[in-house]
This record gives sequence, C-alpha cells and structure tokens, in this order.
Amino acid sequence: MNKKLKAVIIGPGNIGTDLLMKMQRSEWIEPVWMVGIDPESEGLKRAAEMGIKTCSTGVDGVLENIIADDVRVAFDATSAYVHAENSRKLNELGVIMVDLTPAAVGPFCVPPVNLTDHARNLEMNVNMVTCGGQATIPMIAAVSRVQPVAYGEIVATVSSRSVGPGTRQNIDEFTRTTAGAVEKVGGAKEGKAIIIINPAEPPLMMRDTIHCLTEGEPDQTAITESIHAMVKDVQKYVPGYTLVNGPIFDGNKVSCYMQVEGLGDFLPKYAGNLDIMTAAALRTAEMFAEEAADGTITLPARG
Amino acid sequence: MNLNGKKVTLHDMSLRDGMHAKRHQISLDEMVSISTAMDEAGMPLIEVTHGDGLGGRSLNYGFPAHSDEEYLRAVVPKMKNARISALLLPGIGTVDHLKMAKDCGVSTIRVATHCTEADVSEQHIGMASKMEMDTVGFLMMAHMVSPEKILEQAKLMVGYGANCIYATDSAGYMLPDDVTAHIGLLRAELPSNIEIGFHGHHNLGMGIANSLAAIEAGASRIDGSVAGLGAGAGNTPLEVFCAVLDRMGVETGVDLYKIMDVAEDLVVPMMDQPIRVDRNALTLGYAGVYSSFLLFAERAEKKYGISARDILVELGRRGTVGGQEDMIEDLALTMAKEKGLI
Repeated sequence: MNKKLKAVIIGPGNIGTDLLMKMQRSEWIEPVWMVGIDPESEGLKRAAEMGIKTCSTGVDGVLENIIADDVRVAFDATSAYVHAENSRKLNELGVIMVDLTPAAVGPFCVPPVNLTDHARNLEMNVNMVTCGGQATIPMIAAVSRVQPVAYGEIVATVSSRSVGPGTRQNIDEFTRTTAGAVEKVGGAKEGKAIIIINPAEPPLMMRDTIHCLTEGEPDQTAITESIHAMVKDVQKYVPGYTLVNGPIFDGNKVSCYMQVEGLGDFLPKYAGNLDIMTAAALRTAEMFAEEAADGTITLPARG
Repeated sequence: MNLNGKKVTLHDMSLRDGMHAKRHQISLDEMVSISTAMDEAGMPLIEVTHGDGLGGRSLNYGFPAHSDEEYLRAVVPKMKNARISALLLPGIGTVDHLKMAKDCGVSTIRVATHCTEADVSEQHIGMASKMEMDTVGFLMMAHMVSPEKILEQAKLMVGYGANCIYATDSAGYMLPDDVTAHIGLLRAELPSNIEIGFHGHHNLGMGIANSLAAIEAGASRIDGSVAGLGAGAGNTPLEVFCAVLDRMGVETGVDLYKIMDVAEDLVVPMMDQPIRVDRNALTLGYAGVYSSFLLFAERAEKKYGISARDILVELGRRGTVGGQEDMIEDLALTMAKEKGLI
C-alpha cells in the first residue's frame, strides 16, 4: 500500500511552485493538483509541465476530484482573505489544511516546537505563522523550555526582492502575528516582532536576531545546549539554518544571531524566508502522513 | 543664495531623534520642560516618541524610560501653540500605535520607510490620512538612491494619502548639490499642494548648508533639533539655523534668543556626551551609515575590542539600512572571531 498522502496546492505563485518542487522529493507527500484562478498563469503552466493536474477555477473547481483522487492534505498559499472559505470547503471533505497565509484560522504550527502535538490531535487546520516566526520561534522555545522567558523579541531582516505585495500591503499582520506566536508557541510571556526590508544588491540572505529576557539568571550551559539541539532539529528540514553568533549572555538577556539560506528550489537561495515557510509546511504534512502510516492517528474515514 | 521673504516651518527633533543620543532615557520632566520652552519660543512643530518611532520600545533599539503614550500624554496638554508629531516605522510600529498617538492629541504623523520601500506604508499613511491627520511620508537614507527613485516612491506615498513628503538624509551623507537635486525634483513633479520637507544630520557638518539648499529647491518644512540633540553628530542645530534664516530674511516665527536659551539652558545640560562631529560620527557621514548606529557601535567596540569605525565602514559597505541595529553586535562578534579575540 502506498503510504504517501496525496496533496493539493492552492496558489500557483512563487510559494506554491517552490512547495511543489520540494514535494516532488518527499517520501510522504505526493502532489496531485495545483489550483489557481488564472488559466494563463505561469505557475499553472509550470505545474502542468511538472506532470501535475491543474485547475484554473479556484478551489470550487477541484472539489469534485478530492474524493476520487484520494486527496488528504491541502496547502493554501493564497491570501488570508480567501483562506477561511478554502479551508471550510476542504475540511468538509476530510482534507487536512496546512495554511501558509496569515489567516491563522487554526493553531500556529512551528514544527520542532509543537507539530507532534498538532498531528496527534489531528488538527484539521494548522497555520504556519510567518517566515520570521518559523525562523525565530524555535530559538525562543529553546530558551523557554529551560527556564521561563519574561520577554521574547525577534528581528527578521529580509531582502526586498523576497517580500511580495501581500506582505507589504499588510506589514502590521506580520508584526502582530509573529509577536503573538512568540508568546503562544515560543512560550515568552510578552512577545515583540520587528521586520526590516533591505534592498541591497545582490540580495542579502535572511537574517534573524532573537533576544530573550529570562526570569532569573540564565542557566548558560543548559540554554546553550538546548539552542544547539534546536538548531539541529530545524536543519532537518532547512539545512541552511545557521547560528552565526551566540548565544550571547548579558545579564538576563540571551541573544542569538541566525542566517537562513534557502535550498534554491524555485526561489533563490537568499530567500530563506520563503524557503523556511515551504519547508516547514511540507514537514508538517509529512508528520501527519508518518503518524497516519504508523497508526498513531486515523485520517477522516472515506467511503 | 537669495531666500528673502520665504516662509518655512521648523520641526524640532530633540525629543525624538535626541532620544537616540540619550539612549531613550529622557525623563517626563525634561520632555515637558523642553517642549514647553520651545512652544514659548514659537517652535511650531515638535516630535515626541521613542527614537525609533512609536512602538520602538525593544531590546534591539533600547527600552525607553517611559512609554510613547506616557510621553505624549505628558507633553500634548501643555502645548499652547505648538503641535506635536509622532514618527512611525512600519515593521516596528503598527496602526494600533498610530491610533493611540491620535488619541493622545498628536496632530502630525510621519510614516518612515527606507527610500525604496514606500509600499509598506500604505496601511499607516492611509489610516492617518483617513483620520484627517497631517500625514507625512518620510523617505529615509535618501542618499542611497537617485532623485528619480525618490520621486517614484514619493508618488506612492502621495497616492496613499500623504500631504507632505520628506527626503531624509539619515546618514548625514548628502552634500548640498545632492539635496538640491532630490528636493528640486520632488518640488517640480509633485502637486503644489503637497509640501516637501528635508531632514538632515550633521555628520559631515552639512546640516545648515543642506537645509538652506533644501529651502532654495522648494522645501517648506525643515527638521532640526535644538542644540543639535540627535543621532550621530545630531540634526541641524535649530538655534544656529534660526539665526542664519533670520539674517537671510526667511520667516520662521521662532524667537531667536528664546530658542538659543532653550538650547543652552535646557538641552545642553541634559546631554550625556557632547553632540559633535567626532571620529565615529564623521564615519557615519563619510560611509553613509544610519546615524543611530553610533552608540551601538561604540558599545560593541568596548565589549569586543573592534574599532567602531571599522564596524561602521563595513556596515556601510554591506548596504545596511535603518533599523538593522542587531547587525552591529553580530558583525562585531564575527570580526572579533576572525581576529582571534574571542
């Protein structure tokens, strides 16, 4: 029996295409459909050339094929505005939704921190937070699992070329959502997020800085060990995730300086911010597939 | 240069840009006494916020002595004629901060982006304009791009609802001819009801000269700070600028002797260090680096034994932009490792 879960990708843009390329290497997820809204879109043409079925009439156009093609998981790389409806329609058919938009209908998912819990609970909609969140929250969690974090702050610096119009039009959503997830997933009592867009050419790699204020004096040995272990966990799905400097201890402050280099599938290597989103989303679906294959969870029944 | 008969609106930065030089530790009493004295001297517009704008409170930029809201609620009710402005950098502050500032009685909001990234300001400029605030688009690090690029970005901000556009020399790198070219093109191409402004830093000693060039090229709002209290070598010193404008026959509405007294009696005694074109501030202007990096680079020098000048020059070479303070310690650590110091 084929253990792979079949998938639909909604949104044939840069993110959707990068996701498709990563998915074609996956042992657990098999891309079947790419859904868009413009029959002329480059992304749909690319997907067709890569041997994927395409649908240019939105999610409604693919619904009748979901059961027939045994699609079990969906990736939404469209926008927060349409996500809730996409999710509702697909959840009704028993499809697990991995949300790469900032809609945050379902709980935040940062794979090395809380993916196992979401998979075991068979959450039907998980949200991938933001690129800055994926790159930094593991580090906040690495500190907070050692000792309480009173305040967690992240600074994400991304190249201008890697920031699309959606993020630009609603940059507050990035800061709010990321700060919220620094608290909810990272475990900091208060969270703060900053995003800086840098137009330098050639484009710079994504850089992320994480500061935590611990309650009480930081346990330097335990925190350092925890951070290095967490970096290794993230590297399993984003090999270019690197601790450039740190952890640096200054009083109760713990600081880490990260760089995120992408795999360069469809998106250039400097766009580690986009790569870490697609890689984390795929890792999320793979975990559901692994848990289903070994019988830990049971996917929604189908006739 | 003949500026006789022109009118300009001066905008004081000592209580916002000056927050950088004070590590954001200006007390409520100092805020109130200085703003009140400036109001008394006829300063029309005074900016009050964290140095990095609304929501700047952070480990990255520094925790302030008080919240933006505390500062604004202390200062605004004390003003007789002066209006209070607040700075907002999208990516750091949000429209929630903007609404708070409006609620505190702030009349002017200045939405600041890097000079090529104006499209991140749509939400904030749109909201401020909808709330009928005096809405300014503030294009930072203007020396990094051509006048044509600044104009393109300015048009975006005007499209979102800004009624005034600034070319901002955040690094104090520009020379008078650069200012003439940037401001001149904005004035020539933007609608006449859109005001043009200039914000200078004194890192190459060009604060006064650049501000005069800006007025000649069509700017009607000029930023400066009393006693020059601002990031780097500070902003255009307003008491000096007032004296120069007075001699050139430019109307500012500011009483020269009174503003000289504010500088000498209130602002200078509050300084933690002299605000002058010292070696590191000069490096900012020479290498084209964001002025608020100064104290961070000096702290990194003390901590890691890497010269602040070397750090600043390398940050300039890398094309670092405003807000990337975190890269200063990161770079110092990397340089210290390379030199075998840690």
